[in-house]
Amino acid sequence: MSEIPLWAALPAAVFLVVGGLLAAIGALGLLRLPDFFMRMHPPAMVSTLGAGCVLLASMLVSSAAAGRPVIHALLITLFVVMTAPVTAMLLARAAQYRSARRTRERNDGG
Amino acid sequence: MSALLGFAVTFASLCFALAMLLAAARLFKGPAAQDRVLALDVMYINGMLLLLVLGIRSLSSAYFDMALLIALFGFVSTVALAKFLLRGEVIEP
Repeated sequence: MSEIPLWAALPAAVFLVVGGLLAAIGALGLLRLPDFFMRMHPPAMVSTLGAGCVLLASMLVSSAAAGRPVIHALLITLFVVMTAPVTAMLLARAAQYRSARRTRERNDGG
Repeated sequence: MSALLGFAVTFASLCFALAMLLAAARLFKGPAAQDRVLALDVMYINGMLLLLVLGIRSLSSAYFDMALLIALFGFVSTVALAKFLLRGEVIEP
């Protein structure tokens, strides 16, 4: 990677460091937060902002290496940004349904 | 400049590996099934980002296709597991 010029290497390095820190903080939040609905927030931050930072760095480096704009990392960004709310909504509905059913069974049994 | 980018690539790889380890800890610990599904979701997102960082390191475009495939299959598996938790079966007649 010696042929990458500085105008592409510097922002790419900054975006990579920010994306890595966001991913680590998000996973730490997933491990440490006490409730399931609290635990759903940090992965959303990772899959939008962290993935956006890493894909921007990837686009910068591959464009600078090829000498022309390479934007096919935009496809992954679009896909991840479109599918993250769908999975979050389905998981939240499943968790709500399961906790409500558990409460109902406890009330019926006791 | 090459050393700068190399440092950033190594740091990001270590961060994604740490994030996958923490998600694996939640996967083993998770009290309910939906916690495990959420941890699997975080693990595939981090694996996809790790593949993209490897693609930056090696300047190869094959890693883009692998990352796109991981994103597709991860989305399908998470939706299938959430549907199973919600309804008891994945494909309803």
